[in-house]
Amino acid sequence: MSEMLNTLEQTALSEYKYGWVTNIEADEAPPGLNEDIIRFISAKKNEPEWMLEWRLKAFRHWLKMEVPRWPNVKYPDVDFQAIKYYSAPKQKKEISSLDEVDPELRATFEKLGISLDEQKRLTGVAVDAVIDSVSVATTFKTQLAEMGIIFCSMSEAIKEHPELVKKWLGSVVPVTDNFYSALNSAVFSDGSFCYIPKGVRCPMELSTYFRINAAGTGQFERTLIVAEEGAYVSYLEGCTAPQRDENQLHAAVVEIVALDNAEVKYSTVQNWYPGDKEGKGGIYNFVTKRGICAGVNSKISWTQVETGSAVTWKYPSVILKGDNSVGEFYSVAVTNNHQQADTGTKMLHIGKNTRSRIVSKGISAGFSQNSYRGLVNVGKNATNARNFSQCDSLLLGDKCGAHTFPYIEVKNSTAQVEHEATTSKIGEDQIFYCNQRGLDTETAVALIINGFAKEVMNQLPMEFAIEAQKLLAISLEGSVG
Amino acid sequence: MSELKELIQNKYNNEAFDGNGSLQSLSQKGMQLFNEQGIPTVKHEEWKYTRIANVLNKDFSYAVNATAVTKADVDAVRLPGNEAANELVFINGIYHAELSSVRSSADELVILPLSEAAKGEYKSVVDANLGHSATYHPDGINAMNNAFAYQGLFIAVKKNKAVEHPLYCYYINDARSSSVLSQPRTLIHVGVNAEVFLVEEEITIGSSDSFTNRVSEIVVEENANVHIYKIQNEDSHSSCVKTTHVRQVGVSKVNSVTLTLNGGTIRNNLNFILEAPGCESHMYGLYCVKGETHVDNHTIVDNVMPNSFSNELYKGIIDENATGVFNGKIFVRQDAQKTNAYQSNKNVLLSDTANVNTKPQLEIFADDVKCSHGCTVGRLDEEALFYLRARGVGEKAAKALLLHAFAGEILDKIELEPIRKYADAIIAERLGFEF
Repeated sequence: MSEMLNTLEQTALSEYKYGWVTNIEADEAPPGLNEDIIRFISAKKNEPEWMLEWRLKAFRHWLKMEVPRWPNVKYPDVDFQAIKYYSAPKQKKEISSLDEVDPELRATFEKLGISLDEQKRLTGVAVDAVIDSVSVATTFKTQLAEMGIIFCSMSEAIKEHPELVKKWLGSVVPVTDNFYSALNSAVFSDGSFCYIPKGVRCPMELSTYFRINAAGTGQFERTLIVAEEGAYVSYLEGCTAPQRDENQLHAAVVEIVALDNAEVKYSTVQNWYPGDKEGKGGIYNFVTKRGICAGVNSKISWTQVETGSAVTWKYPSVILKGDNSVGEFYSVAVTNNHQQADTGTKMLHIGKNTRSRIVSKGISAGFSQNSYRGLVNVGKNATNARNFSQCDSLLLGDKCGAHTFPYIEVKNSTAQVEHEATTSKIGEDQIFYCNQRGLDTETAVALIINGFAKEVMNQLPMEFAIEAQKLLAISLEGSVG
Repeated sequence: MSELKELIQNKYNNEAFDGNGSLQSLSQKGMQLFNEQGIPTVKHEEWKYTRIANVLNKDFSYAVNATAVTKADVDAVRLPGNEAANELVFINGIYHAELSSVRSSADELVILPLSEAAKGEYKSVVDANLGHSATYHPDGINAMNNAFAYQGLFIAVKKNKAVEHPLYCYYINDARSSSVLSQPRTLIHVGVNAEVFLVEEEITIGSSDSFTNRVSEIVVEENANVHIYKIQNEDSHSSCVKTTHVRQVGVSKVNSVTLTLNGGTIRNNLNFILEAPGCESHMYGLYCVKGETHVDNHTIVDNVMPNSFSNELYKGIIDENATGVFNGKIFVRQDAQKTNAYQSNKNVLLSDTANVNTKPQLEIFADDVKCSHGCTVGRLDEEALFYLRARGVGEKAAKALLLHAFAGEILDKIELEPIRKYADAIIAERLGFEF
């Protein structure tokens, strides 16, 4: 609590904390999108022919698709021809040790609090740092490699483990899936690849930090996590981005495959630049995240804390194909000023005895709009499927909106599906109770919000939980009073 | 679908309504929108789970004046309690005074063709309210009815009158010789301090297909009290889209109970627009369906002003190959502070081929509100069943007992005793309840 108070005080007058631009000579493609650009990206990355074909297939399909209009968000149309699709920090040779990393780049990470040096070992975090689309350095790789775990950048994976990438890439989110995933498939510049072999329990939390850096560049990350039979991994993804005036597009794709008895836990803290107080600028975050519980007794769990981005459009989903598989979704979405978020999940029950749990907490303040949109689908053969969903919304101020769009489709009589949602504001009696005990109103509100989000925060790994709590407070700064 | 479009266009062109004012413009706008929109497909979010185009893909006749229906036909379908009721009979969508019997006096209840009401003392009411539902349903189906709204009926309950005799409305489709399309239209004005009970039933005579596209708009003035009961129990070749649009323009109280037992494809649109501070609305629904019946309840509660209260409870028992769809929307506008809005949808599936699609939806723009929704889909409570079995109640009887109790919560909301008993008897029979 005291930590939170400090943070509130510190940030009371501060602008967006992570708003600075690193000056690294970028190696980038001209703005615009056509087959040549895709060939350029593919060539730049020394990709094999099949990868180029895969990208082109996605691009050709993308050309036929329309921008989705159904999300409950409003924003000016994105000019896809004005975006630079490739931007890589200049790099003279292959990097084998941390010492060779550009010192300026390393300083960037220091500012963000990610040190790429061995201190990280103490925190047990292996970081695959991504700056503007290219993985620069990976730590703990050797240690992981000894256990057979592959944790590397996507471009490296394409070169070194083509059979794995070929087998799994696009298996959960096909290239034709939706507008932004097709775009991502065509132009993704890099991302993370994680493979946990049979029976291995990954001993540390794997983590990627995203950064959006050069002006006018789109960020198209591609993440693929494969957990073989009996494997376990916890994966963290966190983001901060420098301050920009123009809207930037981010269209990432994350795919997770969990085979028999495997478990994958994916946690996200998203804190991209949300635009200024007038709603100018900010990141467009249009992300496709999907996991498949392909094997029996497998489990995929999504936890997200969404505080940033001007427009968010994101539905981490789980396909529960294996019998007895489990899907979970825990989310806190905070919107302030003119932010808009349309986020939720999809739980597709296919196998027998599948279970899913959805806990979504939306907090809206200022002029923001916050929507939960979710689908629970129980198929014909999903005997004894079980779902529980809870969506709570908290409104701070009378200019914001909270919306709930849950879709529930059941085709099996043995299914048990429950959904509940509430919308309310912080009760005056609650504030009064806190005031009476010597807490000022702002502290009281922070306390109540913390309690409101606790159910989700508890799901985050320790390292993230602290950062996430700070973020909550920062994001809502100035919205109460 | 082109046949239907042609049918509607021909009829519109041939009849050429030659009035003016609000009826004329509504009719024109309706026809224009229908031409633009056509019949909604499943890509239309509001029609995602209901393939209405499949229902309309038939060779309908739209002959409103075919009145082979006799008094004996009407007698055969009368609801219990009719001896003390005002009975309004609509044949193929058009009100027939000679088959109807109005018991209440003219200083309580006024019944006029809409085209007449639009000219006389009720002109302002008609102008202000007719076609208000179009803003909430800007689709081809609603537009299709608007195009012919001038054939509708106007009902007014005078101020300070509690109408003693409930209004029984029979919407009869005569499908004995050919498939029939009908589009009844009513505008009901309930005056200040008035009270009225409405009971509505669709009936199809004959074995051909029928499709009813009904729009009822109800305006409720200050301190009025309105009860709306709908019973839907038709054959599988009878389908309908029914829009009931209630505007509570003064502090008032409205209760609605919708019972769906049988039919082809049934779509109910029920809208409550709470335009005055402090309104109270209750919406109850029970769909107990089997066979191939497809029932789709779409409800909207639009809280415009502060301090309103709305409560919604829809329950479904779905058996065999039937499908239940529920979409409940609650809007709370920015000015509607201190709104309390509750919504609940509970479904029991009895077979593996039964289907439920439910989408409770909250859209909230005010902060000082208490809103909640919940929905469940599942089986009967195993423990309750076990409790009964342990006390020597057979499995079938135990299930029937539990289901009857499940349905009872809704049936209890019907305040007209003859209607409640009638509905209860049908439900009990359906569930095999014999206690």
